[in-house]
Amino acid sequence: MAATDENVNGGRHRALRGVTAMRSRRQPDTQGKVGEQPTTGAMLEVRDLRVHFPTDDGLVKAVDGLSFALERGKTLGIVGESGSGKSVTSLGILGLHQHTRADISGHIWLDGEDLISATPERVRQLRGSKMAMIFQDPLSALHPYYTVGAQISEAYLIHNKVGKKAARQHAIDMLGRVGIPQPASRVDDYPHQFSGGMRQRAMIAMALSCDPELLIADEPTTALDVTVQAQILDLISDLQREFGSAVIIITHDLGVVAELSDDILVMYSGRIAEYGTAEDIFGRAGHPYTWGLLSSMPRIDEARAERLIPIKGNPPSLINVPSGCPFHPRCDYANMTNGKSQTEIPILHEADPGHLVACHLTAVQREKLRAERIKVPAGNVSGEDA
Amino acid sequence: MITFIIRRLLVSVLLLLLVSLITFAIFFLIPRLAGQTSYSLAAQYVGRNPIPSQIRAIEIKLGLNEPIWVQYGRFVKGIVFGYTYSSGPSRTYCPPPCLGYSWRSQQPVWPQLTSNIPVTLSLAAGAAVIWLVSGVAIGVVSALKRGTIFDRLSMGTALMGVSLPIFFTGQIALLLFSFKWQIFNVQYVGITQNPLLWAKALVLPWITLAFLYSALYARLTRSGMLETMNEDYIRTARAKGLPERTVIIKHGLRAALTPILTIFGLDLGLLVGGAVLTEYTFSLHGLGLFTIQAIGNSDLPEIMGVVLLAAFFIVIANLIVDVLYAVVDPRVRH
Repeated sequence: MAATDENVNGGRHRALRGVTAMRSRRQPDTQGKVGEQPTTGAMLEVRDLRVHFPTDDGLVKAVDGLSFALERGKTLGIVGESGSGKSVTSLGILGLHQHTRADISGHIWLDGEDLISATPERVRQLRGSKMAMIFQDPLSALHPYYTVGAQISEAYLIHNKVGKKAARQHAIDMLGRVGIPQPASRVDDYPHQFSGGMRQRAMIAMALSCDPELLIADEPTTALDVTVQAQILDLISDLQREFGSAVIIITHDLGVVAELSDDILVMYSGRIAEYGTAEDIFGRAGHPYTWGLLSSMPRIDEARAERLIPIKGNPPSLINVPSGCPFHPRCDYANMTNGKSQTEIPILHEADPGHLVACHLTAVQREKLRAERIKVPAGNVSGEDA
Repeated sequence: MITFIIRRLLVSVLLLLLVSLITFAIFFLIPRLAGQTSYSLAAQYVGRNPIPSQIRAIEIKLGLNEPIWVQYGRFVKGIVFGYTYSSGPSRTYCPPPCLGYSWRSQQPVWPQLTSNIPVTLSLAAGAAVIWLVSGVAIGVVSALKRGTIFDRLSMGTALMGVSLPIFFTGQIALLLFSFKWQIFNVQYVGITQNPLLWAKALVLPWITLAFLYSALYARLTRSGMLETMNEDYIRTARAKGLPERTVIIKHGLRAALTPILTIFGLDLGLLVGGAVLTEYTFSLHGLGLFTIQAIGNSDLPEIMGVVLLAAFFIVIANLIVDVLYAVVDPRVRH
């Protein structure tokens, strides 16, 4: 199962090999030692991350065994429906879960430093300086009582030994860099005096104010007008090039990640359903859930306008996760696996080099079904969907 | 902002006029609806075994025989311009704000009110400081330690504080600290005479009054904090890497305090108009006790005076709250 192809190149594949190698070795008693060190040398490596919330109704396994790696300057898109554990993952990386309410295990290495075993104080120092986050709704994520400038310089003041004047000047610079006109006067405005797009720009300025190595954008465009969405996405990718940060984009919208991501991780019910490069996901998707996401996404490059096909059913409750493959109640092909879908949790394995899929379908079945389900963008496939 | 304050002040004057009109009407109408004449009303104010001519004289002196609008007009005129009373040969000028003369003691009402204000103000201000600090502090800690022993204990105490009336807690306090252990058995003196004795005399009333209010404020602060600490901007503040202390105080409490500020202003305005139960329980001669006596005596000028003064305080407190709101919340300002 470990990747052996020597023709794959690039750090991402090495990173993935590390992860898969680790996964394959994660059988019974080897777990202890192998798990203690980062194996990939990537800037961010997450291994076997589990975030569980004990509740009165039972244990909510919001994230259950997530592993991925991210190189500097690269973008990872995490895609999934609500409740798939995307946001829980990002908050977990930043250490924003309350220790009293969440059980977190696994490893998150940021530049080789394990954030899970680090003290909360250490993680706090890293938050905002080395890793930063952009939130979904900039209106509610900005404090209504403080000026935009004050909120940006606040982060800068905490992590740098500078005076208030320098911090204010830095806030003005940052506002200018994210494309706010007349930043020197807008710096004293309150969030409610900004438009939605400008607020999100201000959020981005705040997140980037300490030049973080890792930027997590949690649904950065969901609350914005469609016209503004594209601008914000462009801004994020421009700034990424400029600052050289690694970016994680969390979204339910495959269209968003298609534009920006090098790698894509599809989450379902707190686990990885599929993980690969953008080409893997958009060209050779191997999981029925990804197929569902793809065919529910509007495309302007389709030869003819087609009805979008929604994924039937709803995401499962995280307390009563279906047995076996968590996707099987919504999967069209669950009956093709000789009952394995209902009883066994599918193991994440390589469908192609560096392209991981957690599905019981065999490679042959997958190829055949994919050809039926997914239209190749070139547009030479026509006919009915399966 | 200035125009806003001026506009609000003008509205306040109208409001006070309305309050006085209603108070006047109630006082004037109710006895008449009960079938009393101005003659039988006047009889109350004459003394024992009056002869009809004395009653008639009092009726004319107090103006009870005149129609309601004449009486009311005289009252309003007195407040604005002052009023010259003539009884027989002697003429007495009552300078503005003239609230008239007590029908019982024949003393001018306004000086009586002003002499009562310091007591009530001392009581209200001292208690307010105590309840605001303790209530908010307990509320914040309770919210942050939600579900712990501290939270349960303080919220249980708060429930007690809200439910127990002042004449109960006050009596207990008096019994223990004033009579049994004789710690705080002092008569009230003005702060200018002896600040130490002043404070010592007020400690029990302060604490009794503050117990009620801090219970209320602790519960308000707790629920406010629980709500704001769940806001997205708190998560943003944490994501910036701010120390938890800064997150709680600068980002959480700042937002949670706004509604508490509103209620605080109103409560304070209400109390300055007379903390009736507390003053009665501790025999403090403030506006509250004055009100009870005025009502007991059916002394219209005194009642009018104290009602208007209380309404004035509430209106002013409202105005201050509104102005403060604009200072605190930039969304109101723009």
